[in-house]
Amino acid sequence: MNALNAYPSLTDFDDSNSEQLAHRVERGVLDLSHKVILYLEEISVSFDGFKALNNLSLAIDGGELRCIIGPNGAGKTTMMDVITGKTRPDSGTAYFGQSIDLTRLTEPEIAHAGIGRKFQKPTIFEQHSVFENLELAMKTDKRAYKSLFAWLGDYERDRISDTLRQIRLDAQAERPAGLLSHGQKQWLEIGMLLMQEPKLLLLDEPVAGMTDDETMRTAELFVSLAGKHSLLVVEHDMAFIKELGGKVTVLHEGSVLAEGDLDSVQNDQRVIEVYLGR
Amino acid sequence: MKNILFAFAIGCFASPAWAALDTGLVRQLADDDSSQKVAAIQKLTQTADTDTVRVLKAMAEDSLFLAEDKVIIIDGDKAFDAATGTPVKTPNNPESITVNNRIRGELANALAALKLFDPDASVRLASAQMLQSKVSPNMAPLLARALEKESDAQIKALLDLAYAQANLGHADPEARLAAVKALAETSSPTIKSVLLPLTDKANEPNDKVRFEAIAAIKSIDGRLALAENLARVFTGLSLGSILLLGALGLAITYGVMGVINMAHGELLMVGAYSAYVMQSVFRAYFPAAIDWYLPAAIPVAFFAAALVGVVMERTVIRWLYGRSLETLLATWGLSLVMIQTARVVFGAQNVEVSNPSWMSGGIELLPNLILPWNRIIIVGFALFVLLLVWVLMNKTRLGMFVRAVTQNRAMAGCVGVPTARIDTMAFALGAGIAGLGGLALSQISNVGPDMGQGYIVDSFMVVVLGGVGQLAGAVWAALGLGIFTKLLEGWSGAVIAKIVVLVFIIIFIQKRPQGLFALKGRFAE
Amino acid sequence: MHNSITLRILTALDRKSWLALGVFLALTLLIVPILHLAVPPESAFYVSAYAITLFGKIMCYAIVAVAMDLIWGYGGILSLGHGIFFALGGYAFGMYLMRQIGRDGSYQSDLPDFMVFLDWKELPWYWSGSDSLWWVAALVIVVPAIVAFIFGYFAFRSRIKGVYFSIITQALTYAAMLLFFRNETGFGGNNGFTDFKRILGYSITSPDTRLVLFGLTALMLALTLVFARWLVASKFGRVLTAIRDAESRVMFIGYNPLWYKLFVWTLSAILCGIAGALYVPQVGIINPSEMSTANSIEIAIWVAVGGRGTLIGPVIGAFVVNLAKSWFTVSFPEYWLFFLGLLFILVTLLLPHGLVGLWKKLTFKQGTIG
Repeated sequence: MNALNAYPSLTDFDDSNSEQLAHRVERGVLDLSHKVILYLEEISVSFDGFKALNNLSLAIDGGELRCIIGPNGAGKTTMMDVITGKTRPDSGTAYFGQSIDLTRLTEPEIAHAGIGRKFQKPTIFEQHSVFENLELAMKTDKRAYKSLFAWLGDYERDRISDTLRQIRLDAQAERPAGLLSHGQKQWLEIGMLLMQEPKLLLLDEPVAGMTDDETMRTAELFVSLAGKHSLLVVEHDMAFIKELGGKVTVLHEGSVLAEGDLDSVQNDQRVIEVYLGR
Repeated sequence: MKNILFAFAIGCFASPAWAALDTGLVRQLADDDSSQKVAAIQKLTQTADTDTVRVLKAMAEDSLFLAEDKVIIIDGDKAFDAATGTPVKTPNNPESITVNNRIRGELANALAALKLFDPDASVRLASAQMLQSKVSPNMAPLLARALEKESDAQIKALLDLAYAQANLGHADPEARLAAVKALAETSSPTIKSVLLPLTDKANEPNDKVRFEAIAAIKSIDGRLALAENLARVFTGLSLGSILLLGALGLAITYGVMGVINMAHGELLMVGAYSAYVMQSVFRAYFPAAIDWYLPAAIPVAFFAAALVGVVMERTVIRWLYGRSLETLLATWGLSLVMIQTARVVFGAQNVEVSNPSWMSGGIELLPNLILPWNRIIIVGFALFVLLLVWVLMNKTRLGMFVRAVTQNRAMAGCVGVPTARIDTMAFALGAGIAGLGGLALSQISNVGPDMGQGYIVDSFMVVVLGGVGQLAGAVWAALGLGIFTKLLEGWSGAVIAKIVVLVFIIIFIQKRPQGLFALKGRFAE
Repeated sequence: MHNSITLRILTALDRKSWLALGVFLALTLLIVPILHLAVPPESAFYVSAYAITLFGKIMCYAIVAVAMDLIWGYGGILSLGHGIFFALGGYAFGMYLMRQIGRDGSYQSDLPDFMVFLDWKELPWYWSGSDSLWWVAALVIVVPAIVAFIFGYFAFRSRIKGVYFSIITQALTYAAMLLFFRNETGFGGNNGFTDFKRILGYSITSPDTRLVLFGLTALMLALTLVFARWLVASKFGRVLTAIRDAESRVMFIGYNPLWYKLFVWTLSAILCGIAGALYVPQVGIINPSEMSTANSIEIAIWVAVGGRGTLIGPVIGAFVVNLAKSWFTVSFPEYWLFFLGLLFILVTLLLPHGLVGLWKKLTFKQGTIG
C-alpha cells in the first residue's frame, strides 16, 4: 500500500502536461500545467516579534498526499491559516496552481477556488442536522441571493446520501450535529469537506480523538482520495502517517527541516534532535 | 524723587508743610459744571504730588467743601484750606461739592495714577495694573514722570504699556508710531481693541502709523490665537482625563475581564453621589472642615462603587461569563434599576455639589489663558488613578492573578488561583475606579440620576478605540479623543464635533478593528 | 418554478400557524372595526379609540421585534441601534404628514411651523417631493435601507461582530440622535414632528382613518411574519444560522458572510422603517428620543422575553412588555424602570429561550428551536 501510494499516479494531469508549452492562463481558474497545485515560497509570518513562519517554502503536486509533522509551535496551523487566507503573510508568495495568488483572496474566494480545510478542533454547525451540515457544504453557487431560492433536487439529495453512507452517518442524518460523538464529528467534518469537492484538502489532525478502528478507516479514505484530490495532512500519529504512506515534510520553527519518505525522515539526525531535545 | 519721598513722609503727620497748589485749579474742583471738575482733576493729577493726593482723596470721600468761595477740607472737627493747607475755622454751613459717578470714576483713576508714586512697590504695581485698561491720553506726562522714577522692572514694563497707550493720542505721528510699536509686543484683547480705531483713516491720518497698527493687530491676533488654542488643548486634556477616569474602570472590567458592563455609567453616578453625601455629612457635622469633604469622599466613593460592583458581579454577571451579549442586556437592566434607585433616594432633580474653596480660581498663564484649579486637579487626579491602576495591575499579586485568570482561566484554576474570587475582586476594582471617576465628575458637571448615561457611550468609545486589554491604549485614546473633540469644537460647535468624533471612530474601527494597540496572533480571534 | 415558490411560501408555515394567522387577521380587520364602529361606547364589547391606538402601536413594535429577531435571533448580530431605522421611517413619513397640515399650522404658512420659527424661507432640498405619498413611501423604505447598507457594508466587511458591533451601532444611533436634536438639521429639533391633521386629505383623528391604519399595521405584521418564516426556512436562513454559530467555518466552505449579513441587516432596517412609518400617524408624534439608546435596547428585551430565534416569540414579547409598560406608567409610574430592569436581568439569567422556550419546556415539546 505504501509503495503504491507514495507517489500517486499523475495520469489525471497528463493532458495538461502535453499543452505545457503553449497554454492559456485564465484568471481564477486552477491551472495545473506544471503539475504543482500549491506553491509556498519564502513565506514569513510574525506575531509581535515571534516568527511563526520563517521563510517557509513548500510545493505540493497535483494528486499528491503530503504529511506534515513537527513539534508544537512549528507553524503547522499558521501555514494552513496562510493557505486559506485567514492570516496574511508578512512576505513571500502563495500560489494555488500557476495562476491563483492566494495572498490576495478572501477565505470564501479561496474555498471557492478549490481548497477545503478541516480544523484541528472539529467545527461543524451544531444546531443544524447532519444532513443540513452536508447540504451547506455542498459545492454549488454560494452567493446570498442564490441561497434565497435554492432548492434541493434529486441529484443533490443523492450526493448527500452517498456522502452520508461514506462517512457512516446515514442513520444520524436528521440528528442535530451537536449531539454526535467526537469521532463522528470528525467524520462529519471530513464529509463536509468531500461535499465541497475541493482540489486540495487541508486536514489538521483529522484523527485526533478517534479510535484505532476509525483511524484506520480514515487512512483508507484518504488514500482513496489521493490522485483525484491533493491532500495536505497535519498529524502527530505516526502509525496513521505510516498508513497514509505519502511524502513527509518536517516543520521546525517556521521552516522546513526535512522532507522525504517517512523512514528517511525518521532517521534524519536533525529531526531526532528536534523531537527528542538536544 | 527725594523731595517727593520727603513730602510723603511729612504728609503722614498731622501738621504738614503744605506746598501750595494752584488755587484756581483747586477752586475749579468746586465748579458747578462736571466737565470743569474733570478738567481740574486731570490738571491737578499732572503735578503728581502728595497734596493733590490728599485733596482728591478728600473729594472722593466727600470731605471737600466750599465755604466762602474757598475750597476746604473738613476732617472731623478740623478744617484746612485745600490749596494751601493752612488751618481755617470750621464754617457753620459749608456747601458740599457734588461728586457724580463720572467724577467718581475720574477720581479713582487719578488716585490710582498718583499711586504710581507710592513708596511701596506693591502699591505701585497694583496701580500700574489697574491703569492698563483705563489710560487716557492726558496721562502721558504723568506716566512719563512715573517711568523716569520707576526702578522695578515689572512695574516699568506695565508703565511702558500704559505710556504707549496714552501716547496713541499724541499729536506727533512719530510718538504714535513708537507707541504702536511698543504695543505690538503685547497679547491682550484689550490692547487689540485700543489699537483697532487706529486702523481707520478717519481716526489715524498718518499712513505709516496706520499700517503699523494693522501689523500690530495681526501680531497680537497671532498670539491670541495661540493662547486660545493652548486653552483648547488644556480643556481637551481635562476632558481627556475625565474620559480616562470613566474608561479606566472599563479598561479593567471590559478590557481585561471581557465583561461588557452597561451599568458602568451608573457606577460613576455612585461615586458622584458619594461626594454629595459626604458634602452633606460635613455640612451637618463638621461645617468648619467643609473644604475637606472631598478628600474624605475619595475612599467613600471608591468603596461604595466597589461594593455595588461586588453585588452586581455576585448576583448577575457571574452567571453570564462568556456570554457577552446577554451580559450586555442584563447589565443594562442593572443600570435601569440603579437609575431608578437614585431617583427614589435622592430625587429626580440634579443635586448640588460645590467645589471646595481651594479648587476655585486658577493659574493665569497668559492674559487670556487661565487654567482653572478644578480642571488642573482633575488632570492630576486622573494621573494618580492611572498610576494606582497600573501599580495594582502590574505590581501586585491581585493584578498578576487577574491577568492570569483572563489569559487562561482553566490553567490559573489548576495552579491554585481562586478564579471566582479573583473575578469578583477585579470587577470590584474596576467598579471602584469608576466611583473615583464619578467623584471627579461631581466637581465639574451635574450630579443627577441620569448622569451616567451620558458617559457610557464615550467611555466605550475610548475602550474600543484604545483596543481591548490595553491600559496604554485607553490612556492614549482618552487623551486623544478629548483634545481632538475640543479642538474640533472650536470651529464646528459641540454637537457637530461629537458627531464627527463618533463617525471618525466608526471609520477608524474599519481600519483597525482591534483598536489602536492591537493584539495580533493566533489567540486574537 | 412559480409553483414551487408559492408552494414554499405555503409550506413555510404549518397548518396551525396559518390558522392562527387567519384568526389574527379576521380579528384585526373585521371584528375590531365592528366593535369600534357599530357597538355603542357603553357596551362591554366596545373597543375604544385608546385601545386601538395602543394595539396599533404595539403591532408596529412587534414588526420591529420580528426584524430584530431576524438579525439577532437568526444572525447572531445584536443591534443596539435599531431605533435609528424606526425613526428614519417615522421621520420620512412624518414629512408627508407635516406637508398635509398645509396652511392650518399656527403660522398659516406653507412651510411647517418649526421652519417659520427658524425664519426659513423655503423647504430644504431633502424635503422636495415630500407632499407626495408615493415619494414618501419610497423614502420610508429607501432611506433606512441605504443607511443600513452603507453602515453594514463597512462594519461586516471589516468583520466587526459581537459586542463590538453592538457598541458601534449604539454610537451610530447616538450620533444620529444628536444630529436630529439640532434645529438646523431641518426635522424640527427637540420637538420633532407633531400636530398632524390629515393623511391623504382624510382627518387623521377620524375613526375610519384610525381603523385603516390599524388594519394596515396588522396586515404588515402578518406579511412580515410569513416572509420572515419563509426566509429562515430557506437555505439562506440555514446559512445565516450557520454564520451565527460558526462564522469562520462558513467562510471556509465558501460562503461570504458579508452578503448574507448585509442582506438580512438591510431587510431588518427596512422592516423597522415601515414600522416607524405606520407608527407615526397612529401615535401622532415623532421626535429624536426615538433614537435614544434606551429605546433601541428595549427592542432587544421584547425579543428576549418572547424567545429569540422563534419569530412568534418576539411578537409575544413586544405585546407583553408594552402592555406591562402602559399598565405601569398609569398605575405605578415610579416602578416601571424597576420592573423593566429586573425583566432584563431575570430573562437573561433564567429564561434564555424566553416565554416560547418556557412553554415548549412545560409542554415537553421536542425539537430544535428555530
